[in-house]
Amino acid sequence: MAEVKLREVSKLFGSFTAVNDVTLEAEDGEFVVLVGPSGCGKTTTLRMVAGLEDITTGDIYIGERLVNDVPPKDRDIAMVFQNYALYPHMDVYNNMAFGLKLRKIAKKEIERRVREAAELLGIQDKLRSKPRELSGGQRQRVALGRAIVRDPKVFLFDEPLSNLDAKLRVRMRAELSELHDRLKTTTVYVTHDQTEAMTLGHRVAVMKDGLVQQYEAPQTIYDHPANMFVAGFIGSPAMNFLDARVEEENGQLYVKGKGFKLAIAADKATDEVKAYAGKEVVMGIRPEDVRTPEMMHQPREEMQFPARVRVREPLGDEQIVYADCAGDDVVAKLDPHLPIEHGQDITLEAVTERMHLFDKETEKAIV
Amino acid sequence: MTPKALLGRLPLHVFLLVFAFVWVIPTLGLLITSFRTPGDIVGSGWWTTIPRLFDVGQFTLDNYRAVLTQEGLGTAFRNSIFISVPATAISVIVASLAAYGFACLGFVGRKPLFVLVVALMVVPLQMTFIPILPVYRWLRLGGTYPGIWLAHTAYGLPLTTFLMHSFMAGLPKDLFDSASIDGAGPLTTFWRIVMPISVPAVASVFIFQFLWIWNDLLVALVYVGGTPDVAPLTVAVANLVTNRGQNWELLTAAAFITMALPLVVFFALQRYFVRGILAGSVKG
Repeated sequence: MAEVKLREVSKLFGSFTAVNDVTLEAEDGEFVVLVGPSGCGKTTTLRMVAGLEDITTGDIYIGERLVNDVPPKDRDIAMVFQNYALYPHMDVYNNMAFGLKLRKIAKKEIERRVREAAELLGIQDKLRSKPRELSGGQRQRVALGRAIVRDPKVFLFDEPLSNLDAKLRVRMRAELSELHDRLKTTTVYVTHDQTEAMTLGHRVAVMKDGLVQQYEAPQTIYDHPANMFVAGFIGSPAMNFLDARVEEENGQLYVKGKGFKLAIAADKATDEVKAYAGKEVVMGIRPEDVRTPEMMHQPREEMQFPARVRVREPLGDEQIVYADCAGDDVVAKLDPHLPIEHGQDITLEAVTERMHLFDKETEKAIV
Repeated sequence: MTPKALLGRLPLHVFLLVFAFVWVIPTLGLLITSFRTPGDIVGSGWWTTIPRLFDVGQFTLDNYRAVLTQEGLGTAFRNSIFISVPATAISVIVASLAAYGFACLGFVGRKPLFVLVVALMVVPLQMTFIPILPVYRWLRLGGTYPGIWLAHTAYGLPLTTFLMHSFMAGLPKDLFDSASIDGAGPLTTFWRIVMPISVPAVASVFIFQFLWIWNDLLVALVYVGGTPDVAPLTVAVANLVTNRGQNWELLTAAAFITMALPLVVFFALQRYFVRGILAGSVKG
């Protein structure tokens, strides 16, 4: 058990900065997810924690120990790779036992640990199978088992579920979550899948271009994204971004775009927003916060705007409506029973209590 | 396969059968001739025995007895094995280690060094005799087993290293990362992970190199040709052609002895051979 600390860690490949001044901390027993698009530096960050990549500048601590120059095998970590990286010529038992054998652990103890892990993962009847005889999910379990038997201070996961089909991925995601609840080992988990990040992480670090954009609890990231990138990356369908201008009329703040003029809710009308009066901003609003007046208990006209339906995707429990609002694209997640048709003119209502405003230049959140 | 598809492939199969038959004829002639008496060989063609192939009385083992004992082919056969097996084993091990280094270990200058090693393939080995022979004399390696092992290993290394490298470069990098986290150093990784996985490549390189060394005359002649105690079959057969050029019964028996082991090796390892050639070029 140990915490993992990264202090101003950077990694340069030639003149390319893969990881830029990353400071992160995973507390003892915490499940931390690094998420971001490909090439954002999340895997490189993980590999530096593992010791598979050298650190250009900065410090990495595992527990109280500075591990910058400690080789991977002495860092007391275990890693699960995207393609499992099982040893193809060894059976499941030996795949799991290999690391223990090299550490000269007694044979009986190895046997005990492997059996325990195999039982935990439900692969006890596969111990004599070769990796090629296993399904994707079973291979994934072996890879997990190989990490578990080592009983390390830290688990490192590098997109462990991305090679599985959608159904299995959801199941393994739940199993991983359960496993962590049982073992309570500090975990750093890399993924490009925002759903995985949201569901698994105690805290999520959203990365882009080698920089950590935001590092907080998943719900906080969802509710209060620090900038437009985080806002757009987390959530599906992605948040609507509409160019707008902040205006003040008789003490009431409005956000006015090409096809809409919405009153800003009182708790969002902060001094920071007031300072933007008369200035260009980007309004962000999540699809589930764009509704129709029929869905509201108390429809508020000052928060409504007209739009024309372009595409409608009924999903059973909801319908996603892609609409056109004076040339701007607006996506709304609506009640599936509303009679909405292609090409229809509708009125939408924005829940401006849950609206976001971003600075147009810096793309940082104003509120 | 449907009957129609089978019919479509028929011309191909006929063609292959004819080709294989034409290829096998000389070998068959060689084999039959080697069992006939000198009188029969001069008297009639080997194919005349075919209608009465199972009449064992017409054949004799005397030719084999003669070449193996009187003509010293027995010793030469043993020498060939003493030369080929260790020389092949040494080249395969050295090439595997080198390929592992080039493919899997990061060290400064590995690319130019690898290019240099592969580029050595274009150097004709005849060019090397004059500079190397004085060194061999100085080290007293001429006419010895270690001497010819060294020569064959060195001449084979560019190609064997290249072949092993193309296989190992295709191994997933995660495997090495995983091994290093598991606590395996480079050598442990090599012996316990890389070599077991590389069996198909090792087998095919082994066959290549073994056949090359077994059939080699030039290198053997230059490095151990003057020492009958060490000289391999190829040298002995060449001498036999010079000394007993008219004795077809001896020459054919000697030739067949020379062919026998490569045939055994090839048939024993042929499934690796095909797979090994494909390995690295085709994924999976």
